[in-house]
Amino acid sequence: MQRHLISAADLTRDDAVLILDTAEEMARVADRPIKKLPTLRGRTVVNLFFEDSTRTRISFEAAEKRLSADVINFTAKGSSVSKGESLKDTAQTLEAMGVDAVVIRHGASGAPYRLATSGWIDAAVVNAGDGTHQHPTQALLDAFTMRRRLVGRDAGLGKDLDGRRITLVGDILHSRVARSNVDLLHTLGAEVTLVAPPTLLPVGVETWPCEVSYDLDSTLPKSDAVMLLRVQRERMNAAFFPTEREYSRRYGLDGERMAKMPDHAIVMHPGPMVRGMEITAEVADSDRCTAVEQVTNGVSIRMAVLYLLLGGNEPAVTHARTSEEK
Amino acid sequence: MSKILIRGAKVLGGEPQDVLIDGATIAEVGTGLSADGAEVVEAGGKVLLPGLVDLHTHLREPGREDSETVLTGTRAAASGGYTNVFAMANTFPVADTAGVVEQVWRLGRESGYCDVQPIGAVTVGLEGAKLAELGAMHESAAGVTVFSDDGKCVHDAVIMRRALEYVKAFDGVVAQHAQEPRLTEGAQMNEGVVSAELGLGGWPAVAEESVIARDVLLAEHVGSRVHICHLSTAGSVEIVRWAKSRGIDVTAEVTPHHLLLTDELVRSYNPVYKVNPPLRTERDVLALREALADGTIDIVATDHAPHPHEDKDCEWAAAAMGMVGLETALSVVQETMVETGLLDWAGVADRMSVKPARIGQATGHGRPVSAGEPANLTLVDTEYRGRVDPAGFASRSRNTPYEGRELPGRVTHTWLRGKATLVDGKLT
Ligand SMILES: [Zn+2]
Repeated sequence: MQRHLISAADLTRDDAVLILDTAEEMARVADRPIKKLPTLRGRTVVNLFFEDSTRTRISFEAAEKRLSADVINFTAKGSSVSKGESLKDTAQTLEAMGVDAVVIRHGASGAPYRLATSGWIDAAVVNAGDGTHQHPTQALLDAFTMRRRLVGRDAGLGKDLDGRRITLVGDILHSRVARSNVDLLHTLGAEVTLVAPPTLLPVGVETWPCEVSYDLDSTLPKSDAVMLLRVQRERMNAAFFPTEREYSRRYGLDGERMAKMPDHAIVMHPGPMVRGMEITAEVADSDRCTAVEQVTNGVSIRMAVLYLLLGGNEPAVTHARTSEEK
Repeated sequence: MSKILIRGAKVLGGEPQDVLIDGATIAEVGTGLSADGAEVVEAGGKVLLPGLVDLHTHLREPGREDSETVLTGTRAAASGGYTNVFAMANTFPVADTAGVVEQVWRLGRESGYCDVQPIGAVTVGLEGAKLAELGAMHESAAGVTVFSDDGKCVHDAVIMRRALEYVKAFDGVVAQHAQEPRLTEGAQMNEGVVSAELGLGGWPAVAEESVIARDVLLAEHVGSRVHICHLSTAGSVEIVRWAKSRGIDVTAEVTPHHLLLTDELVRSYNPVYKVNPPLRTERDVLALREALADGTIDIVATDHAPHPHEDKDCEWAAAAMGMVGLETALSVVQETMVETGLLDWAGVADRMSVKPARIGQATGHGRPVSAGEPANLTLVDTEYRGRVDPAGFASRSRNTPYEGRELPGRVTHTWLRGKATLVDGKLT
């Protein structure tokens, strides 16, 4: 493992599998009456959020607290690109307080990379989403969810997603989730297909390690998992697509479309869902939809990442691993 | 004034000759000239060029003296071998009146390091809506002949047409910063493979090319000449080549950084590589070099754009666009054009002195190195190789993309009308 987690593309297959396996161990902790590990006692983690995201911040905070870390929450809403206190000043202030890790969410692509590489601070940096660039813990929790559902909770340990067919649908252009998932799923051996109207695919996507299609219906029967990405209504005003109705008709997942998927295939959504736009309530509430599980798994994944970045080489949950090896 | 004998200089890269300066003028060029009564500069095989002329410099004064002043900017110019720079109009206040251009012109005269020719804004406040008093700026002491809203594009086709027509009355030229504003909303870097990966807003080549295509057609229609600033794409080269073949009166410039650097560097998210127009691809770089060699692109212009440290020591999206360039331009041109065999030193003199002086009607600059001509000269040690150290810059700003990079060539002497502004690499 590297010292920071900036991009899903930085993870090797073995790194990624180690994180997924460690997350399974962490998940067992969540099943205990006392959900806490002493692993990061005395270590301080700051959640530095320049962009509003209660879901992601709470998930990281839960993970940090379950590892017994001291947690500082810093929210600097709206100050991402505005003048005033800069990212550098904020980071250095936190460093002066003796922070061991910075979990950063920022509206500007590359801000976590700058933080990790500019010599501003020494702490480990975890990217909790930067602009339209990367959101690596989201990709990890998605892969974790896929492995559990498609390979098996115990059967999946030590394994990747070799040969699984994953389809991502929606606003690829503006999505850090899509970029992270394409990188990680490729590393884990999955076959990825992106489905979107051409306006919501970046120029240059042809070099990505995945297939691209404009047609959802023909892709569904060949998918083991279909991940729907949120489409913001305001994209409509910038002429990315004509109307909400037309988008739903062409790229939304409803019950009829879901029926075209293989029986074992799952429906995923990183949330928050726009019901009626990219997903109907019927699909969102069906037991094939893993949206709620993804939230649960997010905590385990973030525990695993923080543990591996900060906890060193000590096993996280000693008996969990040894009992497995017996 | 005294006499100076430059002994054994390769004039425009030719056989070594002696050049005798008497006062402000070149008195004699030949071999075995008498050193009698003259201070001798042993050139020892260095290359002698006419003083360089930069048609595109941001001196920042008035308004942003924290990043550059006319004095520090002209010192940087002399360090880089320049004897004349054209100061862009995007100052605070904007150089859109006779008063502001005269102020900049006067500051240039006082500096004494380099002639400063102000460029006037095309539209009031660079807002693209209302023509500035172009005639008044031309008739002012500054004698403006080049007009540009650089930093912003004159995007309204009617305003551009009128400006092109209007300046014909006094043989002016409009220098266009070609950037279609709607296609570049939120743009952060060249749109392509790298921007797709990095998740940075894309700046498509077509945003530049479509404006150039429109403007050469407008220039043809109204019979005006037009100059294209910092051309950066292979497609723009094709359009200018086509326009020239059609007889349209168009000239174009390329910056040193677009001749050397590509958008791959943006992967570092280091804002020192953030510039407008953005760094493009390898294919574009090669097309630009070829076009500069074959004359499709007429000149090299630096787009020297100083910014204070804090405007670059931040995340990419928050950073200012631009790079300093006066003190590294000739080295980059040597690396990309001379050492690749695309241009000889006479070609460099043409692209960096003769042609820019002609486009900007800079009298006394870009002249032949021969008897009777003004002694605006630059002596270059072309054998030198060294790493770029921004700490040694004369510019007030340090935002160079070349820090630590090895580049060839070093300007050792610059003379402005016979007065040394740079001696042995040190400003006088
Ligand atoms: Zn410009």
